[in-house]
Amino acid sequence: MIPLSWLIALSAVVFVIGVVGVLVRRNALVIFMSIELMLNAANLAFVAFASHMKSLDGQVFVFFVMTVAAAEVAIGLAIIVHLFRLRETVFVDEIHLLKG
Amino acid sequence: MVAALFFGFAALLVVTSLMVVLHKNPVTSALFLVLAFCSLAGIYLMLRAEFLGMVQIVVYAGAIMVLFLFVIMYLNLQHDVETGLQIAVRRGLGWFVGALLLLAGGALLKRGWALGPANDELPGAEQGNVASVGRVLYSRYLFPFEITSILLLVAMVGVIVIARGRTRHTAREGGAA
Repeated sequence: MIPLSWLIALSAVVFVIGVVGVLVRRNALVIFMSIELMLNAANLAFVAFASHMKSLDGQVFVFFVMTVAAAEVAIGLAIIVHLFRLRETVFVDEIHLLKG
Repeated sequence: MVAALFFGFAALLVVTSLMVVLHKNPVTSALFLVLAFCSLAGIYLMLRAEFLGMVQIVVYAGAIMVLFLFVIMYLNLQHDVETGLQIAVRRGLGWFVGALLLLAGGALLKRGWALGPANDELPGAEQGNVASVGRVLYSRYLFPFEITSILLLVAMVGVIVIARGRTRHTAREGGAA
């Protein structure tokens, strides 16, 4: 049996790596992958607590999070493709249409 | 044995997710992300969440990452050029904020939280948990499950609308001209 604190620490580390990826990178696709990493860190925390509490509810929630992540990836990638057609770039600091 | 396996998967997960963030080539990043998802699936299996481990590989490492790779190769991206003072400052700031967040998490973890009472035993845990997850999903969480189908339908319609983009608009203009 793996101690709960190890799993939560691992989840925190992966989440922070995702946050750093969002803050550091300019490529919208890599930022998107970092968001996926953060979602997976949250999933790991869900599964860890579900396993510790011997309850299935956490696992069902992970299932829902995965569904939302799939929908989000599909729409986000469509937006990125559209943006690339429009602006010829996926670098987020070159996209400042709302800046005026 | 279990601890060694856990540390192996955990080290693989951390290293591959760092490579996702650090590598310059988006295709390599995506492939490292597949590896990260696979090691996460291994951890799920060790936590006796067999259903989620399989779904993680099929949905994440399979479907979602194929979508990512398809888009990266469709856009035909070069390596990221990341030079200049502004980018260096932002990168330093990003790492600083990450370290701060990790310290905050460590401080929270040290506090020693009390957990609520656990159930006695997972039902049907000895022959895999697919059946028990399905039973919970189709009884207690039936309504959210049905809402999920609407969510996926909305996402599908949204993607089709976004992907069509302005082609119809320009076609009409071209027809008028």
